[in-house]
Amino acid sequence: MPLPDRLPAAILVSLAAALLIALSGRRPNVRESWTFAAAAIKLLLVVSLVPAVARGEVVESSPLALLPGIDLHFRADPFGLLFALVASTLWLVTSVFSVGYMRAGGYARQTSYFAWFAVCLSATMGIAFAANLVTFFIFYEILTIATYPLVIHFRTDEAKRAGRQYLAYTLVAGQALLLAIAAVHVLAPGAEFQPGGFLAGRAGTPVLAVLFALFIIGVGVKAGIMPLHGWLPAAMVAPTPVSALLHAVAVVKAGAFGCVRIVGFVFGVDVLRAIGADVALAIAASITIVLASIRALGEGHLKRRLAYSTIGQLSYIVLGAALGSAAALAGAMFHIAAHGAMKITMFFCAGAIYAKTHLEQIEDLGGIGRRMPVTMGAFAVCALGLAGTPLLAGFISKWNIGLGAYQAGHPAFIAVLLASGLLNFAYFMPIVRTAFLDGEGTKPDEAGIALALPLALTSAAAILLGIFPDAGLNLYHLAWEAARQVVSPDTRGVL
Amino acid sequence: MTAHLPILIVVLPLAGAAAVALLGLRAGRAARGLALAILAASAACAAAALAAAVRTGPLRYFLGGWAPPWGIEYVVDPLAGGMATLVAVFALAAAVYAGPFVERLRPRDAGAFHAVYLLLTAGLLGIVVTGDLFNLYVFLEISSLAAYGLLALGGGRSVLASFRYLLLGTAAGTLYLLGVGCLYAVTGTLNMADVGARLPGQFDSPAVTMAIVLIVVGLAVKMALFPLHGWLPDVYTYAPAPVTAFVAGVMTKVSAYALLRVLFFVLGLGGAASDVLPVLGWVASAAALAGSVMALAQTDVRRILAYSSVGQMGYIVLGFAIGTPLALTGALLHVLNHAVMKACLFLSAGTVLYRTGESQLHGYEGVARHMPLTLGAFAIAAASLVGLPPTGGFFSKWYLLTAAFDAGRWPFAVVLAVSSLLSAVYMFRVIERAYLGEAPEPAPGTAPPGEAPAGMLAPTLALAAVVLLLGIFNEQVVSHVIAFALPPARGH
Amino acid sequence: MTAADAIAHGHYWLTAALLLIGLYAMLAAPNLIRKLMGMNVFMTAVIVFFITLGAKTGSSPPVLPDHHAQAQAAAYSNPLPHTLMLTAIVVGVAMTGVALALIIRIQQRFGTLDERELLRRLRE
Repeated sequence: MPLPDRLPAAILVSLAAALLIALSGRRPNVRESWTFAAAAIKLLLVVSLVPAVARGEVVESSPLALLPGIDLHFRADPFGLLFALVASTLWLVTSVFSVGYMRAGGYARQTSYFAWFAVCLSATMGIAFAANLVTFFIFYEILTIATYPLVIHFRTDEAKRAGRQYLAYTLVAGQALLLAIAAVHVLAPGAEFQPGGFLAGRAGTPVLAVLFALFIIGVGVKAGIMPLHGWLPAAMVAPTPVSALLHAVAVVKAGAFGCVRIVGFVFGVDVLRAIGADVALAIAASITIVLASIRALGEGHLKRRLAYSTIGQLSYIVLGAALGSAAALAGAMFHIAAHGAMKITMFFCAGAIYAKTHLEQIEDLGGIGRRMPVTMGAFAVCALGLAGTPLLAGFISKWNIGLGAYQAGHPAFIAVLLASGLLNFAYFMPIVRTAFLDGEGTKPDEAGIALALPLALTSAAAILLGIFPDAGLNLYHLAWEAARQVVSPDTRGVL
Repeated sequence: MTAHLPILIVVLPLAGAAAVALLGLRAGRAARGLALAILAASAACAAAALAAAVRTGPLRYFLGGWAPPWGIEYVVDPLAGGMATLVAVFALAAAVYAGPFVERLRPRDAGAFHAVYLLLTAGLLGIVVTGDLFNLYVFLEISSLAAYGLLALGGGRSVLASFRYLLLGTAAGTLYLLGVGCLYAVTGTLNMADVGARLPGQFDSPAVTMAIVLIVVGLAVKMALFPLHGWLPDVYTYAPAPVTAFVAGVMTKVSAYALLRVLFFVLGLGGAASDVLPVLGWVASAAALAGSVMALAQTDVRRILAYSSVGQMGYIVLGFAIGTPLALTGALLHVLNHAVMKACLFLSAGTVLYRTGESQLHGYEGVARHMPLTLGAFAIAAASLVGLPPTGGFFSKWYLLTAAFDAGRWPFAVVLAVSSLLSAVYMFRVIERAYLGEAPEPAPGTAPPGEAPAGMLAPTLALAAVVLLLGIFNEQVVSHVIAFALPPARGH
Repeated sequence: MTAADAIAHGHYWLTAALLLIGLYAMLAAPNLIRKLMGMNVFMTAVIVFFITLGAKTGSSPPVLPDHHAQAQAAAYSNPLPHTLMLTAIVVGVAMTGVALALIIRIQQRFGTLDERELLRRLRE
């Protein structure tokens, strides 16, 4: 298949799978096979794009005209490809975990679950490969709608409430985003994402500032920037695989991805500095990082503590984007992969523990580490990684962001990163300690291969990426390439 | 053949009404068949006329061979062709949907129902294709009369609602006529093109200003533009479902079309016509917000949809008020989108009423379990109402938003965004109950309600599909039809 | 405005008066039949207005004495408004007919034609 066609194909393959899944409800094994087939095909399609994009080739596709001067336009640039790689690899792994988790629990409505999951991944691919704001917005809203049935899956009153809250936050943000996008299209008709932005000189500072605020509200809800984060802890009522992939990777990263797109590819770092928005955004991100970490300390429910950790970690990406130097941007982009791998592992662990023992509160987890050493070992590794321990993936991104803060002339933010590292330690290590040192000893009794294997793989990935950040998928190279293009846009390969 | 298309579009349902009425006295079934055939033929003529108008320019037909400005002429330009096709196709779809409803009538009444239905269609089509201001009044009243009759078929309360509509609607038509009289007094002609040619230079006269005000107010009542919308909620709530779907989908839009014709094509926005636009803008903003707010307070699903229509009409008039080609594109696209999605919503609600006897919110609990396809169509149309991509409603909203920013009128954009959010709230209420609620146990000995009969399900699903297609392919519609339908740019 | 002007514009005053009387009846009268009568008066106002449009001072009815005579348009009063108003009268009659049919149904169904009472029943 020619390269450009692989972009819409990657999006459509999981939509087709969703339809097939919906029709195969009576035969669970057939139904699950559609998910795996789609995930594998999607991963292959996305990975096949890496050599060309890493070489600097332009791979794009415009299958449909949407509006005068605006097409449904897909492009695999380094940043988009990085996000697509993260989402598609993790979907394959999560699918294994999903099957294990849903079957172990014997939950109802699994057909609807797998079908909507596939639609979400389609939307995520659309967001990753979107070459202009309208295409981005279309898939961004589809993602909002497609994740709602997954949030309310268990149909309890708490779940319905969480679902309503989720929709309220995301739809309001969606309208803010839409207003900003429409205004931008009047200022710069037909413009597409461009490294270095395209809004320079198009409007006065007050207008640009208002637009930027609207944009940040629009993506900030999904990205969990405080005070727009309220939906995320509530959304933990969803089944754990949903929390793992969607609320640690796809949805929240879509928000963070959108944030970096807006900073680097719509406004441009220079415009942001000119209107003073870079410092404002960096401060908002820093407040989020610190407050979320402090809030996590007091949270006794395991998944909710992980949710607050996610909120804090996502703002690393926002901070990196706000700082705007090459290293900061590269670190922010790489963190999409690093945090994705580490946080998904921890959610997998929480899910495995729940599937095996039905325990959700941290204080009840005494001795679980001796009972499920692989699970808790992976948890411990990734906890260290999130805190920024060297030789793990989290260190790479954190180091780059810190370096970037210095390069951008705002070394004060390094303190935020250091404080966050300490706080991460403070709210994760007690879990590890309780798990391994408290309680009585029991024989190892893991949750089952379908649940234990994915978390072992993702934690291994976290270690691998920490030592060889370019291993396998060239993620580090892609991040740096994208960051360099944003900071010093040249005309080669840019449309 | 092409030359006769403009008259055929109107004459087929008009003559057909008489034929169906006579046939209905003998054989009710055959009468329905004839009516459907005539509607299909009329739709085909309208589509053919649209295609011809886009290809070669407006089709003109002189009634009785008398040339304008003394004779009455019918003009089918791309705008009229598009509206005519919309009306005719909707008439057909709603008539198909009306099958189960008609079966409940006495055989003698079935013929009468179809005859009056054809008269309504003829009246609406006449408004669309006519090129004469007084002729427009005649067809306006023909369609209204037929509508009053059809809307009263829903039981006791619908008769009362229809009577109140009659009073208000007739007063409105009379005001329109008075306005036309003022224009006639000033220009001496009733032909639309001729009036437009003779008016420049006379725009300062108080008579013309009076005429504009009267025509706008008269048509505003017919369009249910807030605050002149009082007749609409009761009428839409109590009328039988197929009639509501047709009327809600099309009738108010045809009145909006008439307003567009008069303001932009006939008057060319001269004089008071352009002064009226800012006022219309604020009125439309109020309509968009008030309609959505009032919809929030309702407990009957049909009433929610009725107030939602009031709000959506505000969107369309907002597009008129901004007045730029981009805004008018959005308004016309929204006419199309809203007709499709509102008809789909009313058809779904009517189906639920038919199967479960419920139209209150609490009666929708768990309905999606028994009627998944109907509620699926409802959900898609609701998404379009809120303006979520990739449905059609998103794209017409996009045009209106960009037009508002482009014209520097960003408060209108904010109004649209707020109204969308309010729409999301009241639509979500219905959907959440339908999908997440607990269906009540059926009474002992009865089966739970099943999915809709095919005759009702097919039009509903077709419309839902069109909602999605209009979204994905909206650029085709805009560039091939709407771009030709815009009024010529004229200075004032 | 002199008295002469007022008299010359008498037909406009008549039109306005009829409009207002009709409107008042439609809004204020509680009985549906009276509302209907008000509607008829309202429509009559427009008929009066149009007919007066066709009038000219010193003109004769538009009838040709024989079909060989030349028509001098300026000498005749304008027949067009009259024909338009014939149509409008027909519309009015049809409207009244439909309204009366509805009123009969309302009377059968609710037993009253008083608007206040009917609205109360409607809200229940």
